[in-house]
Amino acid sequence: MPTTRRQFLRLAGGVTVAGTIPIGTLRPLEATPAMLNTAIRNVVGEAQIHTGRVKLDIPPLVENGNTVPMTVSVASPMTADDHVKSIHVFNEKNPQPNIGNFYFGPSSGRAQVSTRIRLADTQKVVAIARLSDDTFWQIAADVVVTLAACTEEVN
Amino acid sequence: MAALINVPSKAKRGEIIEIRTLTSHIMETGFRHTADGKLVPRNIITSFTCRYNGTEIFRADLFPAIAANPYLSFFAVAKESGKFEFEWIGDNGYSSTASASITVE
Repeated sequence: MPTTRRQFLRLAGGVTVAGTIPIGTLRPLEATPAMLNTAIRNVVGEAQIHTGRVKLDIPPLVENGNTVPMTVSVASPMTADDHVKSIHVFNEKNPQPNIGNFYFGPSSGRAQVSTRIRLADTQKVVAIARLSDDTFWQIAADVVVTLAACTEEVN
Repeated sequence: MAALINVPSKAKRGEIIEIRTLTSHIMETGFRHTADGKLVPRNIITSFTCRYNGTEIFRADLFPAIAANPYLSFFAVAKESGKFEFEWIGDNGYSSTASASITVE
């Protein structure tokens, strides 16, 4: 089939666009599940991660990924012998896998933190708590995002 | 920089109180590009600390995935009257502090 002018121009245009992609965008703009695992292992080490005890309150569907309210809590007496040392929150598909690390002590009274986060895509959010006996507990939540954050163009 | 702090002015001894903080900061992710393709450099708050009469009671490491104008809410046991001090530290030498007083009865 002979190449039409229209097809040729489309092809040529495509090559030009591809050829001018700045080097900056060649690095992965998504954290991969492997990066998520690495980030988790950096915090947890080789320890086993149990499921449960942690509560992650995040809307299952958000319109705007730029500010997503999130509350993480762990039911704990928060005494000197039995308290939550820290809570670590991760994501699967933002440009990098960490969201925040939050450190507590017996004088916190309650192991709970609320903040607002950014989500670049529909993805899984993972919260891991480290207890004073150095056990780790995790929970994951799926969030559907209709307007992504983090990498949009600056106006 | 402006910060909004919400700490109850009075509490009973041993009561668990909620502390809410909001500070104004762009939290530029470092992953965004301008229309002409330039990468906008990262400019975020990386660390937040709350001290109660000099003792650290809550700390947070923040990442670009924290929304602009970081909001943090957490809890503390009201042990004695005194002062909560808040500190935000970030990229480009950013540093900001705030404080709030509490009377414990």
